Amino acid sequence: MKHPARNACGACCLKTEGLTVTRDDLTILKDVNLHVHCGELTAIIGPNGAGKTTLFEALLGMSPHEGKIIYTDAHTGQERTPRFGYVPQSLNMERLAPITVMDFLSADRTRRPVFLKPSSAQRDAVLAELARVGAHALADRRIGALSGGEAQRVMLSLALVPPPDLLLLDEPVSGMDASGLEKFYGVADELRRSLDMSVLLITHDFGMVRRYADRVILLDQTILAQGTAAEVFAGAAFRAAFPGVRPEI
Amino acid sequence: MMTFIYDVFIGWQRYQFVRVALVGVLLFAPMYGMLGTMIVNGRMAFFSDSLGHSALTGVALGVLLGMRDPLLAMLLFGVAFAALLCWVKARGKSSADTTLGVFSSAAMALGVVLLSLRGDFAKYSNYLIGDLLSISARDLIPLSAALGLVALYSALRYNRLLLVSANASLARSRGINPLAVEIEFTAVVALVVMLSIRWVGVLMLNAMLVIPAACARNVSDSVRAYIARAIVIALACGVAGLLLSFAAGTSSGATIVLLLTVCYAVTLACAK
Repeated sequence: MKHPARNACGACCLKTEGLTVTRDDLTILKDVNLHVHCGELTAIIGPNGAGKTTLFEALLGMSPHEGKIIYTDAHTGQERTPRFGYVPQSLNMERLAPITVMDFLSADRTRRPVFLKPSSAQRDAVLAELARVGAHALADRRIGALSGGEAQRVMLSLALVPPPDLLLLDEPVSGMDASGLEKFYGVADELRRSLDMSVLLITHDFGMVRRYADRVILLDQTILAQGTAAEVFAGAAFRAAFPGVRPEI
Repeated sequence: MMTFIYDVFIGWQRYQFVRVALVGVLLFAPMYGMLGTMIVNGRMAFFSDSLGHSALTGVALGVLLGMRDPLLAMLLFGVAFAALLCWVKARGKSSADTTLGVFSSAAMALGVVLLSLRGDFAKYSNYLIGDLLSISARDLIPLSAALGLVALYSALRYNRLLLVSANASLARSRGINPLAVEIEFTAVVALVVMLSIRWVGVLMLNAMLVIPAACARNVSDSVRAYIARAIVIALACGVAGLLLSFAAGTSSGATIVLLLTVCYAVTLACAK
């Protein structure tokens, strides 16, 4: 079950004001005023095409946007650029791509080109990071040949070093079986608690949202509803966005 | 037959132009092997093909500007063309392969039109298939510089390029600017392509860039093995193709490409 955030201060650490994204005259996000609280897991739900991934792209600076994105450091109270950890839905890797998990993580961790033999210290460091997410046995496997759950744990390992201010998880469990789901959410929740980080999670899995999310945001171009899972699931906006869906509260 | 075998193994040593071409191939091959792995990782084979086709326009611009050697015009045009391609692709208004197809055809057509304005296109047709045996001793200097540039670029940027090719947003979250990385990489490819096009040829260039990496990919399970094998395959097929073409009197570029294709079939059969 969900661990309470260790040092959640309840303050708003990430705020968007009037965030709007338009592409080719098509409005994808309109006037999104998002509040993410420190140390909390905030789930973003919404129908397909609601702009959830675009919201992440805007936060990461990948999508031109209007409006403000403000991050406030909970410890200093100063505004600054946050350090993001990001776990995408998938990697653009073919199954036979000759890139091991060790190569992939080393490419991020060090300036030493991955086509040179890694030092033993570097290898040990990567193995320790993988062990933290239960993926140390995957180090020498090809990354393109991993199952969905295995690949997500590797990407989570990448996202956690250095410890991010905000962890963005974009549908991290799509295509995962039940045990993989449970394992991934368990690891993410434990890490959130132990590292005291804020997590933004895009998901369609309402059962896991109910179990793990502190707050839920229903997005469809703009924010339609926000609150606890029980509050959002019971609202008219949820029923209109997901007709016929009745998640257990 | 005996003469052919003699020429392949011994006869070529008597000819200065073959010896120089061999040194040229020893410089080309590691460059192509290395860049090819990055091109294949990033699924950019069409991209390098488009750059190759644009070389004709670069030649034409050089000729129109009255340059005796159009290399400088080709290099500048190649880098500008690469940056324009990246920018149009990043805007995402049309799929990447459609954009590349249009740019590739347009650049080739513009080059042919400009070069045939005075009815002497035949003079430039060697740019289509190239001639490795025409490398002169003086050409080895820019080729060595290009090899140094590719080695330096790979040492500094391979890791970033790997992350960008895996997922651009993920790379962004790690503090990497994917568009800048892509423009930088295509500029390096453009420089190498423009520099070598007269010896390798528009029609053969992409095969020589992509096939060594494609072969190595079939039989490698780590980045280290992938790059080492791509370079060895490029070197082996390059040297063997050059000497075979000298002995048989065939086009050297096309002979190398045929050897690489055989190598690809063998490695595909061995793929795990």
